[in-house]
Amino acid sequence: MTTTRRSQVAWIIGAILILLYTLTPIAWMISLSLKPGDDIYNKQFLPTDWSLENYRTVFQTDLFTSALRNSIGISFISTAFSVIIAMFVAYAIARLDFPGKKVILSVALAIAMFPVISLIGPLFDMWRAVGLFDTWLGLIIPYISFTLPLSIWTLSAFFREIPWEMEQAAQVDGATPWQAFRRVIVPLAAPGVFTTAIIAFFAGWNDFVFGVSLTSTDAARPVPAALAFFTGASQFQQPTAAIAAASVVVTVPIVIVTLIFQRRIVAGLTSGAVKG
Amino acid sequence: MTVTREPPARASARRKAPPLELTDRALHERRLGWLLSAPAFILMLAVTAYPMANAVYLSTFSYRLTDPAGKEFVGLNNYLVVLTDPLWWEDVGTTALITLVTVSLELVIGFTLAMVMHKIIFGRRTVRTSILVPYGIITVVSAFAWRYAFALDSGFVNNWLGLGDFDWFGQRWSALVAICASEIWKTTPFIALLLLAGLAQVPGSLIEAAHVDGATFRQRLFKVIIPNMKAAIMVALLFRTLDAWRVFDNVFVMTAGASGTETLSFLAYRQNITRVALGVGSAVSVLLFLSVLLIAFIFIKGFKTDLGQVRGDRR
Repeated sequence: MTTTRRSQVAWIIGAILILLYTLTPIAWMISLSLKPGDDIYNKQFLPTDWSLENYRTVFQTDLFTSALRNSIGISFISTAFSVIIAMFVAYAIARLDFPGKKVILSVALAIAMFPVISLIGPLFDMWRAVGLFDTWLGLIIPYISFTLPLSIWTLSAFFREIPWEMEQAAQVDGATPWQAFRRVIVPLAAPGVFTTAIIAFFAGWNDFVFGVSLTSTDAARPVPAALAFFTGASQFQQPTAAIAAASVVVTVPIVIVTLIFQRRIVAGLTSGAVKG
Repeated sequence: MTVTREPPARASARRKAPPLELTDRALHERRLGWLLSAPAFILMLAVTAYPMANAVYLSTFSYRLTDPAGKEFVGLNNYLVVLTDPLWWEDVGTTALITLVTVSLELVIGFTLAMVMHKIIFGRRTVRTSILVPYGIITVVSAFAWRYAFALDSGFVNNWLGLGDFDWFGQRWSALVAICASEIWKTTPFIALLLLAGLAQVPGSLIEAAHVDGATFRQRLFKVIIPNMKAAIMVALLFRTLDAWRVFDNVFVMTAGASGTETLSFLAYRQNITRVALGVGSAVSVLLFLSVLLIAFIFIKGFKTDLGQVRGDRR
């Protein structure tokens, strides 16, 4: 009895340590973002005095608001395309019998391991030549290509679990092929598609390499790159507090989405990577 | 149209006994399969294979955008310039050091996290959820959080550790500590999740049997648990090594390559984008690509059986 109680205490301590590990940097960023004026130099973890002034500053900065718009637009568009294109592939892999499935999965895997940074030179050169440099499309194209492997692997793992015979059973019961597909397969596939979309969106939202090398103005520069080049409201002001506030703004929605769909995200990440 | 409605059971039966000639059905499936895969296939290759070939081409030219002389063929000279530069080798060393430190610590911490998560009952959901927080955060944001934590003028780390005015970014070793800390914090949870999935696949009866036979915790760990999740460990190791080898965001935000923390990726960025020296930059890009290929090759050769086991796990 005492051993189980003691081990229980040990696991609770373990859980608390994990929570401290995962949440401390977030808490620190939130704390920084709430420190007004020179309070950020007090070197304390928590603010002594707190205000929302940094958030007001950030939302009055064009650089940040345009970056937010770019990031949201570019990530949503590339996620939509990536998932739709990957759905065709995943359907073919799960449903059709054709040689070359392995080739497609291997190419996807190879591209997932590809060093993206190796491409910035030639892409920079090509994009300048064809006028895609510093445009939305100039980021959307690479985002689609590099989220595709992830989408293909995750989706085909989900699609393989779908009992496709049910579609035929529905037809035997008198449904048309389209009805059978829409009523039976679509609802079964939807959670997998949704999960894949979240994971692909995160990948695009997180990109820094392309964002920093293929843009030069706020016409297309996404949030991560804009943060790295942020210099503060005036040139004499350290941007620390503003960056902290901007970071919290772009982090909190993502964290909330992650928390709501945690089960699905874990399933998607691990099934794509481990089970394949 | 009847083709696509064929139940998979028959499809797999046919796979076992290949017919001498392709039926209409098989031909149709083959064509449809490739047709559906074509857009993804073409897009993926268009944004990797073509630019990569272009990088190889550009690397043989003296080509800098700010240079009015334009392009001039120089053969392998750019490679010579890069490989004889001591800075290149310093960057190789820095990259290797970061990779080695982060990946090994991530495996150890990740495995510990996975073991704890596997066992806890109370607060299990909360913990599993919180582990996704670092995954969801933009790497740049996490890099800023760590940079500010270590910062001389505003960070709390010195305060907590009682170090006074220690400048973490003033010298190589401590700047690398800060970079590695940020990198480890961000990616360990992902490793933990992979290992947790691997841990769930270890048959509990095996561990139980070892326990009954009187195996100590250490014996169970090294003789039963770890060998049984080799596949998951291998996948995590391969992906993270390749990932760490091209570390960029953290270095960019935390030091911008100062204090001897420049990595190969940052060198590629500096040559291609900052200096717009596309000839030399392309040579760096090609060398970086080759180094990644080499690492992947070593892994796949060296751990062929283990990686094969992963494939076997799939139904």
